Amino acid sequence: MNKVMSNKLFIAFYIAPALLMITILIFIPLILSGYYGLMDWDGIGAKTFIGLENYIAGIQDKLFWNSALHSFLLAIFSTFSLAIYLLVSFILASKIKGSDFLRKIYLIPMLLSSVAIAQLWVKMYNPSNGMLNAFLNMIGIDNPPTWLANPSIVLYAIFIPILWQYAGFYILIYYAALKNIPESLIEAARIDGATPAQIALRIKLPLIKEVVSVTIVLAIVGSLKYFDLIYVMTAGGPNGASEVMASYMYKLAFSSYNFGYGSAIGFLLLVITLIVTFIIRKVTATKERIEY
Amino acid sequence: MMIKKKTLTVLLSAVVSSFMLVGCSSDSGEKSSASGEKEIQFMHLWPEGSSKKHYDVVNDIIADYEKENEGVKVDLEVLSNEQYKDKLRVLSTSKELPDVGLTWSAGFLEPYVGGNMFAPLDDVIESDLKDAFVPGTAEAYAIDDKTYGLPLELNIVSLYYNEKMFKDNNIEVPATYEELIEASKAFREKGIQPVALGNRDSWTGSMWYMYLADRIGGADTLNKAIDRSGSFEDPALVEAAKEVQNLVDNGVFVDGFNGLADEEAKSMFMSGQSPMYLIATWDLPNYTTNEDVPQEFRDSVKYMNFPTVKGQGDMSSFVGGPGVGLFVAEDSDVKEEAKDFAAYFVKEWGEKAVTEAGVIPATKVDAESLDLPQMYTDILNELNTASNITLFADVQMSPGVAQTHLDSIQALFGKEMTPEEFAKAHEDALSKQ
Repeated sequence: MNKVMSNKLFIAFYIAPALLMITILIFIPLILSGYYGLMDWDGIGAKTFIGLENYIAGIQDKLFWNSALHSFLLAIFSTFSLAIYLLVSFILASKIKGSDFLRKIYLIPMLLSSVAIAQLWVKMYNPSNGMLNAFLNMIGIDNPPTWLANPSIVLYAIFIPILWQYAGFYILIYYAALKNIPESLIEAARIDGATPAQIALRIKLPLIKEVVSVTIVLAIVGSLKYFDLIYVMTAGGPNGASEVMASYMYKLAFSSYNFGYGSAIGFLLLVITLIVTFIIRKVTATKERIEY
Repeated sequence: MMIKKKTLTVLLSAVVSSFMLVGCSSDSGEKSSASGEKEIQFMHLWPEGSSKKHYDVVNDIIADYEKENEGVKVDLEVLSNEQYKDKLRVLSTSKELPDVGLTWSAGFLEPYVGGNMFAPLDDVIESDLKDAFVPGTAEAYAIDDKTYGLPLELNIVSLYYNEKMFKDNNIEVPATYEELIEASKAFREKGIQPVALGNRDSWTGSMWYMYLADRIGGADTLNKAIDRSGSFEDPALVEAAKEVQNLVDNGVFVDGFNGLADEEAKSMFMSGQSPMYLIATWDLPNYTTNEDVPQEFRDSVKYMNFPTVKGQGDMSSFVGGPGVGLFVAEDSDVKEEAKDFAAYFVKEWGEKAVTEAGVIPATKVDAESLDLPQMYTDILNELNTASNITLFADVQMSPGVAQTHLDSIQALFGKEMTPEEFAKAHEDALSKQ
């Protein structure tokens, strides 16, 4: 078997299908969307080459940067919420009663489709019939906010279901990482007189540092290209107050029939995400490899 | 051991290569089957779940057509509204439009006609459907004197109200715009939110704006602003935008309307939470024939034409226009059959849509000879005596401008834009195109 696996021809042969798929489904569309960005095109008729005009317009587009700001806000919120997930995982991993059960409960939102989650929360946020405002009325608040209609609240109102949706995923990752730490290390620390908090912060956290840095990248990149819940809940409204980069791109390409400009925005989104990923990888890079 | 390794390698290779083969095999969409049968692909947007009656009527027509035309088969694909729009667009970019499908009029058509995707249907109208359509409907599908769609629906927007709620609360049904505001205030005092409006889908708010523009500025002002012989900065149009904000200030619309979808607003009206709802005739079955809606509710719903504003305006001028119509794909392999089917469909639809689905078709209806619900007959009469029908603004405009219009409507209703800024946003978008 080893002999077979070191044969270059075979390596190429085995890699080919996956490479082919990625090329067709990811790299070629990427290049194409960059190319369409150079065109004045409604998506149906003839394309006219206009050089970098779309990209320049994109960079000067206030609405685009506004949506980018919202995307970055989401990224910041997701990153900070990782701390909460980490805390929950610490508790779950510390052999409390029913931790198995709780872990499964946290995972439920992961099992629902985004559209179902969006519909669920739209119903909860409904200003007249929603659960949330009914509760607020009950405790004596007369004019509860109209969550999804108020431009200064809507973005945060949508962040909550998004964070809720992914909580289980990150908790699962952290939980698995924490469970991976050999018991002997914890034991040793305990004998040396470390408190539970010290064990968590000084022993466990450094040991799962690599996992944390991966989740930060996942959270930030996922936030920057986030689309589905926002599209279903508000479609970026009211008046762009909850627009993110991906929903703005969709609106341009599919509602305004400005496919060329939409492609250019999509390409800018890619560039921004690449740069941010690169920076985070630089910042969170760990030199030493941890081996148990 | 040696053999084992070899078997493994062979096995793995087999797995890998079969995987690659799957990726390569393409379905070469056979259009005509071996027996020489012609197949017409038809795509529509009335799924069984949400538009049962439409769905059944379509199936009936197809069954009849296949019976009458030996050797022709209609291959059906059904999607819901928004998905339909998305799919149509994707199919058109890859030049794989269905032979017959549904399109909207005016601005929606432009890119498709510009891209040479739809076939002109003047010959079909000339030979088969002469004088069949209500004047002005087929024209809405014309670009440069060629007609690209056969209209199926005709809609006008009316203000529907729940008479029982007015009675129960001792509030007079308003006859004028001023009374509408007074009635709304009275409802607010009783803790009832007066008008159901789902302005997340901002075409709903657009209808309010359009009616105000029509009543204040007359039938032509808005049309002229859109076709550039006039301007959105026309005092009447700015005034209409001001009146929109006046309605908002007086609490006429339900709380949080900018975050509600039209479906949510509709359910507020239909569950008796809000007494008024401005919507087009496509919802008529819900208030007349739809058995899924409680009889008690259907009985208590009445309609009125949009009232005059400060004594101005013509109450028989409507916002509305043709809804969807049939197109035939320009590069269809079975173009002649497709045209024939489309013409057949329009004729059959004209009869069946009225009696079975309860919608108003774009073909002329003989109301006398049919047994129809009273409200249906009344609205049909309004339609026949209408002095003007202004086509929905977002349909009239080209897609890019329509998007600006819809976004600005949301901002105007949300008071993030002044009426003047609202006018300017339209002027900017229109002058750019």
